[in-house]
Amino acid sequence: MATASKQAQKTSTTPRRTGNRLVVLVSRVRELGLLVVLLLIVLVVGVQVPQFFTLSNMIQILLSVSILAIVAIGETLVILTRNVDLSVGSVVGFSAFLVANTFKQNPHTNLLLGILLGCALGLLLGAINGLIVTWGRVPAIVATLGTLYAYRGFDFLYAGGNQVSASDVPDSFLSLATTPLLGIPLLIWFAVLLAIIFGFLLRSSRTGRELYAIGSNPDAARLVGIRSDLLVFGAFAIAGLLSGFAGVLWGARFATVDATAASGLELLVIAAVVVGGVNIFGGSGSIVGAMLGAIVLSTIDNSLSFLRVSQFWLQAIDGAAILIAVTLDAFITRWVQHLLITRRQR
Amino acid sequence: MKQLQKQLSSWSWEALLIVLLLLTLVLGNALSPYFLTPFNFSLMSESFMEIAIMSLSMTLIVIAGEIDLSVASILGLASVMIGITWSAGIPLWLDILIALAVGALAGLVNGLLVTRLGLPSLVVTLGTLALYRGLAYVILGSQAVSNFPSAYTNFGIGDVPGTLIPWSLVVFALLALLFLVVLHRSWIGRQIYAIGNNKEAARFAGISVNRVKLMLFVLSGLLSALAGVVFTARISSSRADNALGFELDVVTVVLLGGINIFGGSGSMVGVILALFVVGGLRNALGLAFVSGDVQNIVVGALLVFSVLGPNIAQRVRDAVSRRRLAAGSSAKKV
Repeated sequence: MATASKQAQKTSTTPRRTGNRLVVLVSRVRELGLLVVLLLIVLVVGVQVPQFFTLSNMIQILLSVSILAIVAIGETLVILTRNVDLSVGSVVGFSAFLVANTFKQNPHTNLLLGILLGCALGLLLGAINGLIVTWGRVPAIVATLGTLYAYRGFDFLYAGGNQVSASDVPDSFLSLATTPLLGIPLLIWFAVLLAIIFGFLLRSSRTGRELYAIGSNPDAARLVGIRSDLLVFGAFAIAGLLSGFAGVLWGARFATVDATAASGLELLVIAAVVVGGVNIFGGSGSIVGAMLGAIVLSTIDNSLSFLRVSQFWLQAIDGAAILIAVTLDAFITRWVQHLLITRRQR
Repeated sequence: MKQLQKQLSSWSWEALLIVLLLLTLVLGNALSPYFLTPFNFSLMSESFMEIAIMSLSMTLIVIAGEIDLSVASILGLASVMIGITWSAGIPLWLDILIALAVGALAGLVNGLLVTRLGLPSLVVTLGTLALYRGLAYVILGSQAVSNFPSAYTNFGIGDVPGTLIPWSLVVFALLALLFLVVLHRSWIGRQIYAIGNNKEAARFAGISVNRVKLMLFVLSGLLSALAGVVFTARISSSRADNALGFELDVVTVVLLGGINIFGGSGSMVGVILALFVVGGLRNALGLAFVSGDVQNIVVGALLVFSVLGPNIAQRVRDAVSRRRLAAGSSAKKV
């Protein structure tokens, strides 16, 4: 026992480096795997239904990915810190109705002001989540389960059974989703831009790496001087902000909004993030992965309607996708551990 | 001494719940003259018996350090099974057995994924939440089966003859008694607490952790299916979207009941009290014409404050004692 640990100590420098490389390799393999799955789906469906390949359908898929993707970015930040935000669906719904209703009541509201209103609401609700979790020491799953209820309730209270429809809001608001830029709707550009910004920050900024550190080992992160509470609070606040923004876009895209808008979205978002290889217990995963997860789920959704499969299958397939993804992850993790152990022994 | 303190603090939680329950009664009475009537109590308890039944097994699962988010989906799937088998001409007693078997099977799948593959139950049951509900939709689509025999639907809305006690309350009361005894007075209960407190230590103490957990997930599936049988009878309709979102209520009741979300502590008495607090509050607000979605504000806030409240109290206590300590030491210096 003692000699083994001594031996491990002696040779710890080299294996750890290969270990690191291995872990990086695995995450690449994980993302490549998703890409292969995506290509397979596209090929199989495309061969059977040629219309699937058209540019307009690709844009259709990306449109449905975009809102999901923006929320998934925020959710990734939170999950990386070993927390979870179940309230995102309620935040998106509340923001969507607030903004759409504001444009209905005052059609001459400045567009930018409307967007800011949705973002501000999201930021506020996210900050409340963050405060309850960090200052109140309430486990994130309990806190956000509670606010999932509460935020949706306030949404209903505010909406009072009313509905906003496309004819009620100014065209400038609706164009937020549809205006093409280089042939691609603005909505998609928003998602791409946010994914690039947050992907870069997570990968290369100090704060980004600190988020990973908190998720890997909260106690160790605190010991090395990372201001965990502040960063976790920030992650929740940004998740709220992004959900608020996604709500604005939801209103612009679907135009018809009532108090039930985006209910249950949290499940889809978490599914996308988990399918994308983000560890639900924090510390590992990437924005690229989460985005791929969102794209795969949306593509499956879109393919079903092309293959004339009943939409009733959708939820079952989403559920199966989550299970398959985490099962595969478990096997990959075991495989890596096995590899690391055998290398160390050599 | 520490044990005694722990015991006291655990009882103080139940005391708090009793105060909450009394407040609920006062509030209900203030909101509606019909609240404090036997008839309303009969209706009220009937309205949340499905949640009550599911929260019994959820309590055990959370104490063991796991969670089952798929309970309401299993309820929906079981309800659909009853509907589809009944409309296929199979006698009702067999339909119910099939539904219960499907529920147990669904729980078994959850349990196997958690214990055999070592996957986190939060993710597994999030996946099966979607999967089982999805299967319910695949089987029955947007149809409804509602031509059940009156003997069955009477069980759903009927009372024990000569009283105002709903049959579903009788079912729950018997189950609750069984769970109380098993959790607090049997070796199985001790094992569940041990697993929730320290999985490794439990294993070294000779507890087959995985077998107990597997059993709990099967039990959870079975009770969820039973809740499906009760629910289908009560609304006399089998639909794929039956009890959509009920898992939130179940988890809320369990946590409000004082069960630690990280496992290892809490009591069944607390959960049963919490059930009546939430059920009573919803009923009182409903009588005051507050819609279910707006009621959720109160339920959600209750859930958050059930954990936040004690934490804040602890913080204040700590701050006070720290100040007192600081004052004491400076006094000594002088």
